[in-house]
Amino acid sequence: MEAIYEWFRLLYDNTGINLPFIYDSYDRGRMISGFFMTVKLSVLCLVLSVIIGMAGAWLQNSPLKWTRRIVNGYIQLFRNTPPLVQLYFFYFAIGTMLPKVTNDWGGQEPILGGFAWAVISLSFFAGAYNVEIFRSGLEAVPDSTVEAAEALGFSRFHIYKDITLPLAIRVALPALNNNLVNLVKTTTLAYAIAVPEMLYEANQIWSDNVNVTEMMVFMLLVYFVLVGVLVWGMNRWERALKIPGFGA
Amino acid sequence: MINKFLKGLTTAVALGAFAFAAVPAQADVLDDIKERGVLRVGVKADYKPYGFRDTSGAIIGIEPDLAQDVADKLGVAVEFIPVVSSNRMQFLEQGKVDLMIATMTDKPDRRKVVSIVDPNYYSSGTNILAAKSFGFTAWEDLRGKPVCGIQGAFYNKKTGRDFGANIVAFKGTAEAYAALQAGNCVGFVYDDSSIIASLAQPQWSDYEMPLPTIDDAPWGLAVKLGEEGFNTLMSEMIVEWHKSGRILELETKWGVENTPFATAMNAKYQ
Repeated sequence: MEAIYEWFRLLYDNTGINLPFIYDSYDRGRMISGFFMTVKLSVLCLVLSVIIGMAGAWLQNSPLKWTRRIVNGYIQLFRNTPPLVQLYFFYFAIGTMLPKVTNDWGGQEPILGGFAWAVISLSFFAGAYNVEIFRSGLEAVPDSTVEAAEALGFSRFHIYKDITLPLAIRVALPALNNNLVNLVKTTTLAYAIAVPEMLYEANQIWSDNVNVTEMMVFMLLVYFVLVGVLVWGMNRWERALKIPGFGA
Repeated sequence: MINKFLKGLTTAVALGAFAFAAVPAQADVLDDIKERGVLRVGVKADYKPYGFRDTSGAIIGIEPDLAQDVADKLGVAVEFIPVVSSNRMQFLEQGKVDLMIATMTDKPDRRKVVSIVDPNYYSSGTNILAAKSFGFTAWEDLRGKPVCGIQGAFYNKKTGRDFGANIVAFKGTAEAYAALQAGNCVGFVYDDSSIIASLAQPQWSDYEMPLPTIDDAPWGLAVKLGEEGFNTLMSEMIVEWHKSGRILELETKWGVENTPFATAMNAKYQ
């Protein structure tokens, strides 16, 4: 390992291509923790936003008028405002209004930190889109299928869980795929509220080392690979779920 | 059709090559500035009292005043372009600004990217703004605690690596101050000169600058790499500022106590 680090140090000395996140142990630590922060943030937001999407699509068809109105209000609010504004709003506006807790060193700190707000904000942001994506899937399920289930005595929840949602997911997957890819890319915005994800760490490294070009190229490649892994996984899932003769 | 396209392409390539060859021959930004009639200066807009916005939104402060002196000398108007620590050198490299006076610490690796003018015009060190109730006395007291900072500031690395603080860095000072007041961090690591100015304001009366100042380092104003003529002119201006006591005068005007650096430079050039 030491030889590899040394090689990159020599690369800098000889060519001027400066990759300190490989040869400098402190910068390397920052980059690795930034990478895992991005992965953690992405996975949490992906899971939560899909759950929000499924729950929202269920509530959107609720027989209760006010439930439907609240879900639609939520969608409008989160879909029609920029995610960066939402992050600032949660962190600086809502965050300071919530009760504070005493931390280990006797100070008063807000009950939720930057990471928690990033997860909440980004999940609800992507969740709003997911509700509409699942709705598009649900509307593609033929009425006759639902009527047949009703005739067999299935409850509304049972129909949703076992019949309409599984079919809807298959229809909605390409659109869901798109939105989740966008979500992973949107996690970079969390750097605005000082969540130490990858772009945040890269920004600090290029400021310390004045190697903007190298860091930009590296960032582009890492996100390309990261999102590529997600797309690959989603495509596999799409193929695995495929029902011969349905939707084709 | 294809012929026409190829012809166009050839012309474009030829023009491009010509432009490339022509640039170094007349790369004097001073001529450009005089022709344009405007000197574009990159200054801070969130760094009281060195560069900040007044109630009307105009950028004012010590550094804008210095920039005005340069514009007066050249006989052109001045335009202030707000920059932040993480983009100020790029603005200069890309020619978005002609001159950068933006509280930048003079460092060897920065001299490879922009042309920093000698002598240094100012100096400051690093300290923290923290609530008096914490009673910090040494930098090691910050170990394991969140400390607010500014994205791109060079002392973040030192505070994080050598003193073990968890740096929580924001884009601008307004966010960092808000986070400090909300309790998201125990202190705000920043330039001592700016912290002194903040402490003069009533909303920071429960706060202090408790630690010994570290990294007292000179500030450098910069022009684009290769602009030798402009660099020489700025060098003469800085000597003149020190000699005439202009820097000391501006410190007094903007409510900063005369710093040891400015006093020493004034004495040196007498």
